[in-house]
Amino acid sequence: MDVVQLFVYGIVLGSILTLGAIGVSLIYGILRFAHFAQGDVAAFGAYIALSVVVASGLPALAALPVAMLAAAGLAILIDQTVYRRLRGASPVILLISSFGMALVIRSLIQLVWGPHNQTFASGIQIPYRVGGLVLKPDHLLIVAAAVALVVGLHLFLTRTRMGKAMRAMSDNMDLALVSGVPAERVVMVTWALAGALGAAAGVFLGMDTRLHPQMGWSVLLPVFAAAILGGIGKPYGAIAGGLVIGVAMEMSTMVIDPAYKPAVAFAIMVLVLVVRPQGIFAGKVL
Amino acid sequence: MSIASAASSATSSATGPAATPLVEIDKVTGGYGGSDILSDVELSMTADQIVVIIGPNGAGKSTLMKSVFGLVRIRQGHIRLDGEEITNLRPDLVVQKGVGYVPQERNVFPSMTVAENLEMGAFLRRDDFRPQMRRMYDLFPRLAERRDQLAGSMSGGERQMLAMARALMLEPRLLLLDEPTAGLSPLFIDQTFERIKEINSLGIGILMVEQNARQALAIADMGYVLATGRNRYTDTGANLLDNPEVAEMFLGG
Amino acid sequence: MDFLGLESYLVAMLTTVGIYAVLSLGLNVQFGLTGQINIGIAGFYAVGAYTAAILTTSESVHHLGGFGLPFVIGLAGAVLMSALIALPIGLVTIRLRSDYLAIATIGIAEIIRLVFKNEDWLSNGVRGIPGIERPLAGWLGTNAHVTLAVVLVVLAVVWWLCERARVSPWGRVLRAIRENEQGVTAAGKDVVRFRVQAFVVGAAIMGLGGALYAHVVGFISPEAFMPLHATFLVWVMLIAGGAGNNTGAIVGALIIWLVWSGTELVTGRLPPEFATQASSVRVLMIGVLLQVILIARPQGLLPERAPRAVGAARGRGK
Repeated sequence: MDVVQLFVYGIVLGSILTLGAIGVSLIYGILRFAHFAQGDVAAFGAYIALSVVVASGLPALAALPVAMLAAAGLAILIDQTVYRRLRGASPVILLISSFGMALVIRSLIQLVWGPHNQTFASGIQIPYRVGGLVLKPDHLLIVAAAVALVVGLHLFLTRTRMGKAMRAMSDNMDLALVSGVPAERVVMVTWALAGALGAAAGVFLGMDTRLHPQMGWSVLLPVFAAAILGGIGKPYGAIAGGLVIGVAMEMSTMVIDPAYKPAVAFAIMVLVLVVRPQGIFAGKVL
Repeated sequence: MSIASAASSATSSATGPAATPLVEIDKVTGGYGGSDILSDVELSMTADQIVVIIGPNGAGKSTLMKSVFGLVRIRQGHIRLDGEEITNLRPDLVVQKGVGYVPQERNVFPSMTVAENLEMGAFLRRDDFRPQMRRMYDLFPRLAERRDQLAGSMSGGERQMLAMARALMLEPRLLLLDEPTAGLSPLFIDQTFERIKEINSLGIGILMVEQNARQALAIADMGYVLATGRNRYTDTGANLLDNPEVAEMFLGG
Repeated sequence: MDFLGLESYLVAMLTTVGIYAVLSLGLNVQFGLTGQINIGIAGFYAVGAYTAAILTTSESVHHLGGFGLPFVIGLAGAVLMSALIALPIGLVTIRLRSDYLAIATIGIAEIIRLVFKNEDWLSNGVRGIPGIERPLAGWLGTNAHVTLAVVLVVLAVVWWLCERARVSPWGRVLRAIRENEQGVTAAGKDVVRFRVQAFVVGAAIMGLGGALYAHVVGFISPEAFMPLHATFLVWVMLIAGGAGNNTGAIVGALIIWLVWSGTELVTGRLPPEFATQASSVRVLMIGVLLQVILIARPQGLLPERAPRAVGAARGRGK
């Protein structure tokens, strides 16, 4: 396939991975553990959107706010019922707990929505043709919405008191605490943001491909690859990380079997971890 | 109470006999986790003073200062701020009582700008903090020049200034400084001590731990020498500098 | 259920528990002893299973081999192959922080699964490899009791070796690395080498478990190596039994398998329209159980018996 066309697909996938990776990075920055249930929180958001779409007949993008709200609620619920009780424990325990939580959420999805593949909209979208390039309307919507969300997050982190408090906590936890930053409230906002952005990633992934209970697990690896590439704990790095991983995964199909796309994400991640464990953009903030 | 009363009689020459001590550390025993580092330590100071804690490594200097800030578990004894009990109070509540604390390391938010660091320092303020921010920029003109620079990209000396300014944003009565000149070049060391005197002249009590003991004692009203977690010598800064035993054992001859 | 039915059920159950116990012991070397998080158990398990299958089945046009070799050679091959695959992975990833290693192992397991799923010449793809004989079938016949006995003997040997390793100087160094890596480095030990060794040994034991599995069920396909059963259940087993305790690893395998089977009783009572969702309900219950264990009794049923208690050592750190 055409290089430019694959690049476009890569940007679409990259936008989706970016949103997931920002969530992972925010959680890591504040709570210092790798949240393995992030993919399944994203899948949960996608399925909530599916229910809204089915019930209302609206397009998936219109269901996005509901999905984001629901996933934010789910993330806070998980934190308050389980992770909060493990705050003092080592990050290893939290990691294992979140691995179990991923399966709990996946089971719930399978119970409520069934184990088969589903899509938001039946029928074929009429693509735009620009030169030799084929652009699906959904792809444009996904990229535009992802950009809007990232800009919104940037404004939140740099312009609001709570956003700055989040950055402060991720920067220097002890100093933030003695400065009177309300830790538990920041943690809650972090979960809400990670859940909401994850849900957006899930909805966009569902728009781009299909919904499946395993969808969260299958994006987890590229999402973490993106977060690590960008320097985990650094939400701005996740943008670059997501785009690099997304484009690399799509472009790789020119030379290898598309079935091995996740392996490409993995290979880049391992390479980065070995060569530059702090991520490419560590120490820099956009 | 013998040492404490000796201390307060020593300070009375400067402040008058009726002044309530700003900080009163009263026979404090405590440490981290299960083991005690401090035993029966006493310290007392007034709001117009600069007080320096010196002593060899492991003597409990930082621990003593951190005990005021609620970072140490105190098993026995009391700590009072302006007569009010603050023993084992949580650090964020101690901050609200008017105590600013500048840790030795990791004392700024590196990926936030100078202005944002100051804003974080004022996090607990509900009123307009901008006048205080302007005062900080007046006190540290260097920070004003760099207000949009990331703290992580500044030199050690500049970071130390920022850390002090950040701690002053809540307009505390007492400023705790943990080795404020550690790792600084001689030029910055002098500048930092100058600033500390200036801050003190605004009516803010200074309690600090210092490795540069001679220079610190030179600007200090009172010095406390600790050894193995106990008071060893307590006297004015000048007297300690003149004391041959102190000079030999704690000031490197 | 009549007596014979009950007996054959028990034999089958204990055989399965035995295989899980082997996996749990393998994880215990990596996590319990050394503190490494391997979320890719399924990968090494699959390597072991496929290696054993390819080595011992009779020749086939559908996949590599088979070579018709004896059962014991299959086991040895499985151990060797898992170790060989774990070695470069270990060399590359072991220096990483524990959470990065965890993510890397997810990727490894996923790639291994993709290879077995897509490389028809090797593994016959999604159609899988059938006709794997019961352990020692040519010698002792196809008998469930023999199978159980073989599994239990292997388990006993693995347990004994793990116990020896745990109290050996090697095991003590691993524990020391887990508790205080800088200290061990300062003592002049090559920390990376010890950690790679632990990772490889653990993976080899998992491969052994995979080989046993292949011979017990007789047919393997990529479906069997989804992360759920192999990886998740083994983790719950080790945490429940007591990470760091080899006997705990086995007890955990037994108890969690009983609970896992017990959840079937619960899902059996669900209204028929939920019948297809039964496995989700079961996973859900085990997932919740894991959270309860982590919160209420993180040290597991049989806590680690070590010269130094883990909790105390962590408490002393900052």
